[in-house]
Amino acid sequence: MAKNTSSSAFRKIDIDQYSEDNFKEDETDSGVAVGPDENEVNSLLQKGKIVDALKMVLNNAPFGIKNPQIKENAFNLTLRVLLAIKPSQIEEMVNSLDMDMLDTLMKYVYKGFEYPSEGSSMHLLLWHEKIYNVGGVGCIVRVLSDTRRV
Amino acid sequence: MTEIHRFGNIVSPITCHAWNKDRTQIALSPNNHEVHIYHRSGSEWKLLDTLNQHDLRVMGIDWAPNTNRIVTCAADRNAYVWTQDKENKWKPTLVLLRINRAATCVKWSPLENKFAVGSGARLISVCYFESENDWWVSKHIKKPIRSTVTCLDWHPNNVLLAAGSTDFKVRVFSAYIKDIEKTPEATPWGSKMPLGQLMVEFVNSEGGGGWVHSVSFCPDGNKVCWVAHDSSINMADATAGSVVHKLRTEYLPFLSCTWINNKSVIAAGHSCIPIMYSVDGNGQPIFVAKLDASQKKESGGLSAMRMFHSLDKQARVETSDTNLDSIHQNAITCLCIHSGTREKVLKISTSGADGQLVIWDLNTLERSIQNMRID
Repeated sequence: MAKNTSSSAFRKIDIDQYSEDNFKEDETDSGVAVGPDENEVNSLLQKGKIVDALKMVLNNAPFGIKNPQIKENAFNLTLRVLLAIKPSQIEEMVNSLDMDMLDTLMKYVYKGFEYPSEGSSMHLLLWHEKIYNVGGVGCIVRVLSDTRRV
Repeated sequence: MTEIHRFGNIVSPITCHAWNKDRTQIALSPNNHEVHIYHRSGSEWKLLDTLNQHDLRVMGIDWAPNTNRIVTCAADRNAYVWTQDKENKWKPTLVLLRINRAATCVKWSPLENKFAVGSGARLISVCYFESENDWWVSKHIKKPIRSTVTCLDWHPNNVLLAAGSTDFKVRVFSAYIKDIEKTPEATPWGSKMPLGQLMVEFVNSEGGGGWVHSVSFCPDGNKVCWVAHDSSINMADATAGSVVHKLRTEYLPFLSCTWINNKSVIAAGHSCIPIMYSVDGNGQPIFVAKLDASQKKESGGLSAMRMFHSLDKQARVETSDTNLDSIHQNAITCLCIHSGTREKVLKISTSGADGQLVIWDLNTLERSIQNMRID
């Protein structure tokens, strides 16, 4: 007995599986939305309509979709848009977004921190600062509390 | 003026508090299994009694003003109704809650003939006194609650009950006990009200949006307001189709909210400041004012003295100032109506993790804070 007390293996046992009425998440997979249209975003970027491209990826973020491929595509596309925007333009962009879009944008910023690429985190920190100035800590809290991941 | 109170040498958080009818006494729990009753004389608080019956942390206290009974519930799965004997000592009566998880919140109904207890057992116990057996019994509301019930509030008609839960939903139930009351009249929430009837269910947000921390019925009972862990404040009006209007705020999540009249709500929580919101013509909550406009006070004295002071108080070597520029220095966990009626609240009281109790005079604040209008 005394030998075993430091063992924490029991914590990993899923006891809820033995309960008949355990809590299940609501089924969120709608299966309809397919994320932002890559071609359209690309053409917007080429025309220099960066704000529209940003709004497009944020409004079409693939929430509640189980398919990891769609999510990853959307994330890569969004990250490309974010990194394409010059640091001097960030503030102006952030100010043109509403609270819903800011929440989504903050989720992508945190996901960007999670999967960094060369030089991306420095750029994303600038985004983080500007979003925080508008959305406050509430924006960060919603990244943590929301179950709809990007 | 805004009054700030501390109780003896309690430095621990105040879990929750409740006032007696004339606001001369307060029942509070210092974050443990005890409930302390204090009596106010001037600016002093005298400990009158300690209610020491629970084994684990007290989670909820409510004081029925007219019948002068206190109900407490705790993580030990029990609730007690306390009544005063001839020597003014409080005596407990056990309530049969029949739950196998912690009791999390408790509220007397407006007529004080029953109360509701929320629990981690995914149910609400509606308790009433059975005179035949001379004890408090309970009936359960179970479906469709899928997780811990965190907060409760009674509709003024003494029948409907709003409950917020950690399954990210707010529900309005009927808590009609046919043994002790007459058939209720129809309300905008519905007309058929057998016990446990689900009148309406609100989803906090499409994306879950975190636990619901507090829920409140407005004085006329037609609107319900709740706050949740996504830093939002939400309102729904039964006379306007029960559509949820949500305001995402830039603050830390609110833990408690209450209506101060039919149009305005005060919410407080992790941001340590009570904030007033009101409902606009479309039913949307809008920001009105922060009740706490205090500026950071420059603490005087020599820096060496300050260093030793902070070393002594917080075991910190550096002199950096850790005081917040608000009255409460930690999260506000409980918000109660202090004086006035539900239709026109004059003062509210807040208590929190910093062990302080603050009484806010809304009329003086209205005069001193710009843009703050209470209808």
